Amino acid sequence: MDRRLYDEMRSADGEVRPHFRALADWLAETPAERVAEKRREADLLFHRVGITFAVYGDQSGAERLIPFDTIPRIIPKAEWSEIERGLRQRVASLNRFLHDIYHAQEILRAGVIPAEQVLTNDAYQVAMLGLDLPNNVYSHIAGIDLVRDGEGKYYVLEDNLRTPSGVSYMLEDRKMMMRLFPELFARQKVYPVEHYPALLLETLRAAAPPRARDPVVAVLTPGQHNSAYFEHAFLAQQMGVELVEGPDLFVKDASVYMRTTGGRQRVDVIYRRIDDAFLDPLAFRADSLLGVPGLLSAYRAGNVALANAIGTGVADDKSTYPYVPEMIRYYLGEEPILANVPTWQCKRPEDLEYVMDHLAELVVKEVQGSGGYGMLVGPAAARQEIEAYRVRLQANPVNFIAQPTLSLSTCPTFVEQGIAPRHVDLRPFVLSGRETRLVPGGLTRVALEDGSLVVNSSQGGGTKDTWVVD
Amino acid sequence: MLSRVADRIFWMSRQMERAENMARILGVTSNLVLFEQKDLTRQNLLAPLTITGSSEAFFALHSELGLEALVDFLALDEKNPGSIYSCLKWARENAHAVRWQITSEMWETLNATWLEMRAMRRGELAGAGATRFFDWVKDRSHLFRGVTYGTIVRGEAFNFSRLGTFLERADNTARILDVKYHILLPSVADVGGALDYYQWTALLRSVSSFETYRALYRDQIFPIKVAELLILERRMPRSLAACLEQITQAMDRIRGQSDQAAKRLAGELHARLTHADIEEIFQHGLHEYLTDCLADINELGSRVQRAYLGAV
Repeated sequence: MDRRLYDEMRSADGEVRPHFRALADWLAETPAERVAEKRREADLLFHRVGITFAVYGDQSGAERLIPFDTIPRIIPKAEWSEIERGLRQRVASLNRFLHDIYHAQEILRAGVIPAEQVLTNDAYQVAMLGLDLPNNVYSHIAGIDLVRDGEGKYYVLEDNLRTPSGVSYMLEDRKMMMRLFPELFARQKVYPVEHYPALLLETLRAAAPPRARDPVVAVLTPGQHNSAYFEHAFLAQQMGVELVEGPDLFVKDASVYMRTTGGRQRVDVIYRRIDDAFLDPLAFRADSLLGVPGLLSAYRAGNVALANAIGTGVADDKSTYPYVPEMIRYYLGEEPILANVPTWQCKRPEDLEYVMDHLAELVVKEVQGSGGYGMLVGPAAARQEIEAYRVRLQANPVNFIAQPTLSLSTCPTFVEQGIAPRHVDLRPFVLSGRETRLVPGGLTRVALEDGSLVVNSSQGGGTKDTWVVD
Repeated sequence: MLSRVADRIFWMSRQMERAENMARILGVTSNLVLFEQKDLTRQNLLAPLTITGSSEAFFALHSELGLEALVDFLALDEKNPGSIYSCLKWARENAHAVRWQITSEMWETLNATWLEMRAMRRGELAGAGATRFFDWVKDRSHLFRGVTYGTIVRGEAFNFSRLGTFLERADNTARILDVKYHILLPSVADVGGALDYYQWTALLRSVSSFETYRALYRDQIFPIKVAELLILERRMPRSLAACLEQITQAMDRIRGQSDQAAKRLAGELHARLTHADIEEIFQHGLHEYLTDCLADINELGSRVQRAYLGAV
């Protein structure tokens, strides 16, 4: 892959790309003080609304704002349409894959993916075997992370099929931009994203057990100390459904109920933002205080739907990732529209050897890691860091994959010195119900430090509004 | 509404009301101790501990009963779950857990109150600082109640907030009256006797009803009228009758499933207070009457907890 940088706004010769022209003109003619003042206003508003993010490992347990950058990332409609086709194709295959491995396991018998790798994966849930789900959907809400190389080509960096987060920032960023800079939206048509909560509710209701005429949906959160609590509360409020914690629910006669002041109320669909292991202390981790005893029995009896389903993690695992293009060919008979990043699987001796020899150039990740925790960015790491990582890698190669250090495209961003290019990625959200729905764009995350490639909010990344324009 | 959410809102409101009542009691106690006969000082200092049932906890920590130690224990002690500090802290904690079910103004009021409380230094609360502090607590409580009344949708959150506020207030008024009456009039024979003007006005002021007494009775302060005002006068918003009126109104609006026991008791208590006669209460014994009331208020709290806020 090319190490040159692709800038979202300017081509290699410094020309502003056509879809950024309206914004560039506006930036040029708007006094810097006015923009700075608006940025302060945005900060204040975000604080007041309480769009904060608890960071794991922060001793003070402090809540922190995710930095919001006021320069949007812009994608032309034609380009988005292509991305959208690729996302639909990819998520459809991943859902087919999940259905398959919990039923006939044809893909394993065909030898497309090593059976032992799937069946011995920690995220594979035997409890899902033979269970039929409405519309055969497992990952109702998927967040697919995309990055661009030096040529501007899009690659899928990873699939998030368990409990992907960030959509609340997509919505709040848009609201904030429209509030701060209404004149920008008058200059060009930006495709709306505000209907996401309505689509989400529709998707969740479509997942309900067939007997439920008017399905009751609830959002299940681990509670206010969870890093994404704001988002859980936000989505529940936007959809007009209850935000519940484990102790609010109980199972009776294989059905799930909420404890309310008016007595018990049946729940048909649980949009759970809790990991599989904590869902039901009777079936999974017995020490879980977050879950609902008996939930799995109600789920297996078909009396309640979980979104996402249990056991989706096996499909977004970094060890499964390299096989997704093959999956698309196998299930759909199509060529993948969105490419994978080339990946070395350290469980293979020849791959491991290559990775060991090139640690300083590669990005190495734990197969089960997420949120940017526990990864090595070779070019940015000190020698001792690399050597310490080498020891971990050698001890358990199966647990790691490596990829070339992607250059990641850059987008103009407000920093202390003014406006400068910073690396970005893109997480669109794919909703699968009776049909597949997306809002145009997604969440753009930006690495605010010069040269940094780590965009995760847990690691100090920020967000930008994402525009799809004609 | 989820029981957990209702429970948080109920306790959030109770704790704020409790902080206010504590500030009232301590404010009046400080005043009394400053200018009064020595023989009553100890009794007056003991009263707040008796009212809040925390004498034992106090003497476990302090060997001497002095105003400073008392204020420190009841206002600022982080380990005393009934201190103003703890009440404000827990009111805020509860609000934080349900900040999406209450209005942002309510949340901001409780959050700002707690942040200010936490920033206070013990030294600031000596002498005149103490009075300012008690006034501040009352102000924050008034503000919170007003903000709640003025911003929240009239639904279950509002009902449970009102229920918490007035159950706490009824409990408090009954306790203050019971304890103070006992100090001031050890024997029923004294009911018509000579009075310590300051002691009685202090009692009235602790429940914001000195002016009300004057306006309603246009008379000297008589113990029996003070009792009537604080127990039966429904126009006086801190009286037992007024609190029970608010409680029954809130409960009428709450739609529960197996809440007959709670609603019945609230109705009974309200009816009893509406139709009671102060002379009869005194014949029966004021202390006995208030003890019964407190037991009923306590039982009502338990029934509310069982009917709406606890396990199904």
